Amino acid sequence: MIALLKRDLALALRSGGGFGLSLAFFLIVVMFVPFGVGPETSILSKIAPGILWIGALLSCLLSLDRIFQLDFEDGSLDLLATSPLPLEGIVAMKATAHWLTTGLPLTLAAPFLGFLLNLPGPAYLWIFLSLLVGTPALSFLGTFGAAITVGLKRGGLLLSLLVLPLYIPTLIFGAQSVTLVADGLDNTTAFLVLAAVSLLTFALIPFVAARALKVNLR
Amino acid sequence: MNFEVSDLGCKRGDLRVLSHVTFSVKAGSALILRGPNGSGKTTLLRTLAGLSSPEGGTINVSEDSLVYAGHADGLKAQLTVVENLQFWADVFGHDGIQRAMDVFDLHSLANRQAQNLSAGQKRRLGLSRFLVTGRPIWLMDEPTVSLDAQNVAVFAQMVESHLAAGGIAVLATHIDLGLSTAEMLDIAQFKADAEDSGNPFLDEGFL
Repeated sequence: MIALLKRDLALALRSGGGFGLSLAFFLIVVMFVPFGVGPETSILSKIAPGILWIGALLSCLLSLDRIFQLDFEDGSLDLLATSPLPLEGIVAMKATAHWLTTGLPLTLAAPFLGFLLNLPGPAYLWIFLSLLVGTPALSFLGTFGAAITVGLKRGGLLLSLLVLPLYIPTLIFGAQSVTLVADGLDNTTAFLVLAAVSLLTFALIPFVAARALKVNLR
Repeated sequence: MNFEVSDLGCKRGDLRVLSHVTFSVKAGSALILRGPNGSGKTTLLRTLAGLSSPEGGTINVSEDSLVYAGHADGLKAQLTVVENLQFWADVFGHDGIQRAMDVFDLHSLANRQAQNLSAGQKRRLGLSRFLVTGRPIWLMDEPTVSLDAQNVAVFAQMVESHLAAGGIAVLATHIDLGLSTAEMLDIAQFKADAEDSGNPFLDEGFL
């Protein structure tokens, strides 16, 4: 299974669409916000956690459709499904590779972009922590959506429509755990629920998505 | 070890394509599936490989002894020839990359990315994957497409030596490979009744 992870990372690096694309998209979305809402720092710092979270979520969405689609098109998904690797393991590795190439770079970049949005001081640590804990759930949920839509031509839009509602809990508690700190309040509950949502997706998604893949490969 | 299939029903999507498929292949011999286009050769191979679930019937070997290749080669365009083979060798926990590259003479292409290979070279790489899996039963769907005459002979030789080592191959192909121990199976005889599609919404009016 490590071989699959290594292969996916190598492919993401070489085809250029992996690390760079989502990160650049995130950068652009966040930079456009001050253009749109004006340069008033009080407004910006109030909406900064939400903007960073929505930006991260949309950037995550960009590369979801290639999680399984490319492997499906060139036939390697069939070959992987008949290989010794369990489908659940394949799903987990694919989701992990997606997180390493999108979620992790976004998490690392977010504190710097927070500076552009005049994020309040104590929130810097928490935007980093909440994204670190929350973005894996985005990758796993997205992998589930990708598994459902894998056989469809031009399934990208449908994939987004399917996946976005599932992102709501992560978005609410992720943004909340930053906003509360920015307002000087205790965010323990919000952060723990965010972590719980992530753990739930790790536990469930591999099995559900493997089932969906099996149906789609038939 | 014999490869025995009895009374197998195969579906493509919701459409029942084959029923009561029964055959037996002895260790060391090959089975060639024959039948016109659309007769269900691919469906049968995908069912044997475990990609589609069979509708009744039995297969006497576990999926762990089968290896399947379809129409697509399953190569990653941005990986080199060696990296593609190495990946499958790692996945199957087996080696034999050097031997695989010897058979199809891939050494001169070793560090070329798969996207820069010709169709025939891609197919050679795809077929050499069988040699790094270490599995005894090969399921091959149209393996000789886009191979030139010389490489068809190389391929036949590869299957021949796999059989000599006690392996089994099930091939869907339209050309004669000249294998010494091959049996033919005309799958048109197993064609499922259209009436009997098992799904009332899939009768003729909906097709």
